[in-house]
Amino acid sequence: MGTVTQTIQAVPINHYILLASLLFTIGVMGVLVRRNAIVIFMSIELMLNAVNILLAAFSAYRGDASGQVFVFFIMAVAAAEVAVGLAIIVMIYRNTRSIDINILNKLKG
Amino acid sequence: MSHSLFYLLSFITLFFALLVVFAKNPIHSALYMVMTFFAITCQYLILNAQFLAIVNFIVYMGAIMVLILFSIMFLNLNQATEPQKSSLLKFAGVISAGLLMLTLVGAIVKTGGGDVPFELIKPDIGLVKNLGKVLFNEFLLPFEIASVLLLSAMVGAVLLAKKDIN
Repeated sequence: MGTVTQTIQAVPINHYILLASLLFTIGVMGVLVRRNAIVIFMSIELMLNAVNILLAAFSAYRGDASGQVFVFFIMAVAAAEVAVGLAIIVMIYRNTRSIDINILNKLKG
Repeated sequence: MSHSLFYLLSFITLFFALLVVFAKNPIHSALYMVMTFFAITCQYLILNAQFLAIVNFIVYMGAIMVLILFSIMFLNLNQATEPQKSSLLKFAGVISAGLLMLTLVGAIVKTGGGDVPFELIKPDIGLVKNLGKVLFNEFLLPFEIASVLLLSAMVGAVLLAKKDIN
């Protein structure tokens, strides 16, 4: 365990924040650029993971275990979200024979 | 072993995340996503958050990615003939995301103060034993509520994905 903890010693917390914000931005870009509902879903997962990395880094930085417990809860909620979301996507596909989100503009005024 | 491991893993994470967004075929996107999650699992390992690494490995790389891959195959989407957004909209999306990145990075760099290399004060908080103690003492009620949430999500998913009875 000693070598593992030595590894991280030289990395400033700023670099973790930068990594997380870049990953979050890539997720936002995926949501904005793609039309495939499943890929948009995966981009949302990327954003969730960016937040998870940041929470775990802060938790390790402050020596407080609550952050890691919170990451655990985020993972549980993400699993539930993926199950329901994919079911909705399957239902949309069954009704429209496509998962292109541009078809779903019936609510547009 | 030096801290360059962190930068290597960060590079892998961001590289495959970009590939997820820009791959034409949804199957390729999903496979790149698995690589991204693997790099993130390694990030947890070098933070010595072993419990999170295992959970990330099982839940994200195992369950969620299998679910997504299964849906892609189920819906027969493994072709690159997906309708694309117009290039103007794509350009606007990339520019907007770039502006968001500029704002975030600018704010972080300007704030400063985080340049001190950090040391793990208590390196063993991420171990299963210690995290379990916290989880079942302070966070017992949220833990039980999470189980109810998962149950209701399962019931909801089955109800939604099922064909109509009548």
